[in-house]
Amino acid sequence: MASPAPKSPEQSDKSKKYDRQLRLWGDHGQTALENCQVCLINATGLGTEILKSLVLPGIGGFTIVDGEKVTEEDLGINFFLDIDSIGKQRALVATQLLLELNTDVKGDYVDESIEQLLKNNPNFFSNFSVVIATSLNERALLPLSELLWDLGIPLIVAKSIGFIGYLRIQFQEHVVIESHPDSQNPDLRLDKPFPSLSQYVDSFDMDKMELKDHAHIPYVVPLLKALNEWRQYHNLALPSNFKEKEELRQLIRRGIKVNEDGLPEAEENFEEAIKAVNFAVTPTIVPNDIKKILEDDCCINLTSKSKPFWILTKAVRDFVENEGEGCLPVRGTLPDMTADTNRYIALQQIYLQESLRCADIVHRRTQQLLHQLGQNTELITEGDTKLFCKHSSNLAVFRGTKIADEYDPKLVNVSMISQGVEDPDSLMVYYVMLRGLDRFISDYNHQPGEFGDEHDIVKLKACISKLLNEWGCGSLSKDDYVHEIFRYGGAELHSISAFLGGCAAHEAIKLITGQYKPLHNTFIYDAITSNTETFIF
Amino acid sequence: MDSPMSENNEDQQYPRRWNHIRKILERAGPFCHPNYEASPEVLNFVMTSCKILVIGAGGLGCELLKDLALMGFQKIDVIDMDTIDLSNLNRQFLFRRKDIGQSKAEVAANFINSRIPGCKVTPHFNRIQDFDEDFYRQFHIVVCGLDSIVARRWINGMLLSMLSYEENGELDQSTLIPMIDGGTEGFKGNARVILPGMSACVDCTLDLYPPQVTYPLCTIANTPRLPEHCIEYVKLIQWPKENPFDCAIDGDDPHHTNWIYEKSQDRANQFNIPGITYRLVQGVIKNIIPAVASTNAIIAAACATEVFKMATSCCLPLKNYMVFNDLDGIYTYTYEAEKKEDCLACSNVPKILEIENDNLKLQQLIDILCENESYQMKNPGLTTVHDGKTFTLYIPTVKSIEERTRENLKKTLSDLGLKNGSEILVADITNPNTLIFSLKFKSHS
Ligand SMILES: [Zn+2]
Repeated sequence: MASPAPKSPEQSDKSKKYDRQLRLWGDHGQTALENCQVCLINATGLGTEILKSLVLPGIGGFTIVDGEKVTEEDLGINFFLDIDSIGKQRALVATQLLLELNTDVKGDYVDESIEQLLKNNPNFFSNFSVVIATSLNERALLPLSELLWDLGIPLIVAKSIGFIGYLRIQFQEHVVIESHPDSQNPDLRLDKPFPSLSQYVDSFDMDKMELKDHAHIPYVVPLLKALNEWRQYHNLALPSNFKEKEELRQLIRRGIKVNEDGLPEAEENFEEAIKAVNFAVTPTIVPNDIKKILEDDCCINLTSKSKPFWILTKAVRDFVENEGEGCLPVRGTLPDMTADTNRYIALQQIYLQESLRCADIVHRRTQQLLHQLGQNTELITEGDTKLFCKHSSNLAVFRGTKIADEYDPKLVNVSMISQGVEDPDSLMVYYVMLRGLDRFISDYNHQPGEFGDEHDIVKLKACISKLLNEWGCGSLSKDDYVHEIFRYGGAELHSISAFLGGCAAHEAIKLITGQYKPLHNTFIYDAITSNTETFIF
Repeated sequence: MDSPMSENNEDQQYPRRWNHIRKILERAGPFCHPNYEASPEVLNFVMTSCKILVIGAGGLGCELLKDLALMGFQKIDVIDMDTIDLSNLNRQFLFRRKDIGQSKAEVAANFINSRIPGCKVTPHFNRIQDFDEDFYRQFHIVVCGLDSIVARRWINGMLLSMLSYEENGELDQSTLIPMIDGGTEGFKGNARVILPGMSACVDCTLDLYPPQVTYPLCTIANTPRLPEHCIEYVKLIQWPKENPFDCAIDGDDPHHTNWIYEKSQDRANQFNIPGITYRLVQGVIKNIIPAVASTNAIIAAACATEVFKMATSCCLPLKNYMVFNDLDGIYTYTYEAEKKEDCLACSNVPKILEIENDNLKLQQLIDILCENESYQMKNPGLTTVHDGKTFTLYIPTVKSIEERTRENLKKTLSDLGLKNGSEILVADITNPNTLIFSLKFKSHS
């Protein structure tokens, strides 16, 4: 049969290709990804696994820095090198094979070691959105960490050795507007109903309604009516303990219609109202972590260099202190509930309109602030402000630490290390092992166990003892971990790198899109027991 | 299961490729399996004898094939009945634009075989149900990267049915094929190790797969509030009524999607419901689960590590379930899922179907089999035995029998001659085997 003329929006090729991920981070997340530039230092098995999960979803471009030539050993752990590439520049081959994954992505390489590049051209890094490094030794790591810290560019360091994986993210500051919490309470303002909400609720004379209509009143109405009644008798306080909440539930129950036999009708909306007492009848307050953000120095003391996030935060802060009467802008979304269409949509509109009214005030304040600061007023659009207001109860700010500081015994968090080392269930011991390994490689220029020389065990133990001593920690209770690291002899297992590669790539995506809360800041993966742990250094 | 004789390893190409793995396998360590004997033989077994079956060549499958091939496995079979679609390319990294429309299994196998010399991936452009015990028996380990619970349960049932027991009731270990299973959804995933008959199986933990969200029909028809309600209305009511293309809905046909989009938009406009988008319409029609490259890489890698541990005994395997999510930082949790005493698939206790009494209609009995959390069947066919003769109660899968037995759905169990203790044989796509239930009435009518 003839097909109807499609009135549907034509879907672009891109939105078809990226459909499954656009459902997670949206078109704006995708745009951020497409505008970013990623630098990978060392195209190891782990390195190309990380890039693979960034090239596939469509980052703007990448540059590989690697001065090595492809060896036969490389082929066993790196999928993005092939047999024809033995002896060729590793950066070149990896770039070519990774680019095959996605024609939207641009790729480039530098056939130079990171040590040389840092020496010859330290400005090289200034245009990247994020730098990712694998197989980095101490000599290169410390200056790179300092350099990127000063440039304000995030650095992700990843290591994969034997069954152990390590990730460390360094950034000065990272802010998240859309943190996508797994679940959250609705923002209904029952304790502080705004005028249009009160008007709507007051417009119902529930007793006069027929059962069919009565059973289709959105639960917000009977709940708010009962709450208002309860508060009349309790100095306008909110029910705070079980007994008081039970009284409120009783009040709601009293509103349920009864049939001719005097039995209550089954009204789902009233059941929902009773259930909602627990999560919806709570004081609308600014959550503590948001309060902290609103009191942050960056928020209070704006400068001409302040980022949009902080200008928006200040505008919201001013809103809370003035028009908001102590509350954040209304979120403006209504969860689904038993109701007939018209009444539900009317209520949904009331919340939406109120949220737009709030956002409008915040936006005007934002524009004023931009103006005062001498910044371009187009820097923050109305859409930006709306998005910010909608998510204002779930904002997140992370302040990072410099990796180089971990190498200063006076600056590293010694008590966390020693506590971890004493806890047999903690993976901290692997942090210590990896640090010992770094030290060993700096001292001896090869991996412990690389050539099977058992003297390496003693030497590695000595490196670790020295480190623990510098930190003022006691020595390790058993040598098992040292023997395990020796056993690896620097070997990289592909499946461990693949696991870590996925993790590192996703963290990079979080940093680039500004969505979802990133790892903060150190992650250890122990594939022997399939356990992981996060530490904050 | 006999392992084939080790083949001659002389023709190994580029042997130094495996130096990394060799270090791990040729040296023992303090965290090895207690019986581990480090020797070159272990790698030799991995490379020349160990046969792995990968089920699914999609998001997880592509990753699994790469991971296994780079962990030294060279004898890998892969089954997938799907063909490549444009929306696969953001994560199924063995496929290119030119491959769209071709068999996933075949393209994936070719890619791996050409990239990694010596590795032989054998593709099967098939459904798992196309193969029998003899096929599955040839593998040492089965790894699943599936998005379908039904297929997972089917292969789980197959591996369970291949177990044989000694006269003293002990499991004959040589009939056991470990199953490693991964699953992902957005930024969440899980990996698990199943030793059929010994540890929790897929059906033991059916409660981990909550039934799909459905909307009550009366909401969809009378009080729609969400854009999803409008789309479901068009899908469930308007499409069958108007039958615009003389066929069932095909979520991959843009004409179908367009039609549903437009009608949903009309309905939403009529009720002032905001939020209909083309993407949402597609999502509801095809029940799309969001997916990204990173989560697939992570879960597949966790599974491949377990295959490697299982094949080599170089470490103790995961015991037995790991959940992962990286929505907020990176979070994992490992625990031991427990074998269910009366598991439908893996327990040997007689299965008892407890119902109120014989006034129950056959349709209601079928509903119980579909809706009960520990059965979750899809489309069961029922037979019983009267006086040694098989009597068909209801078979939905064969058109002529369905028509002949449809009447029975309205009859009560007593009409159908079923008594307390009667046995019912149930066949469903969730299990390759027919399950026998005894009816138990809580009361008598
Ligand atoms: Zn079971």
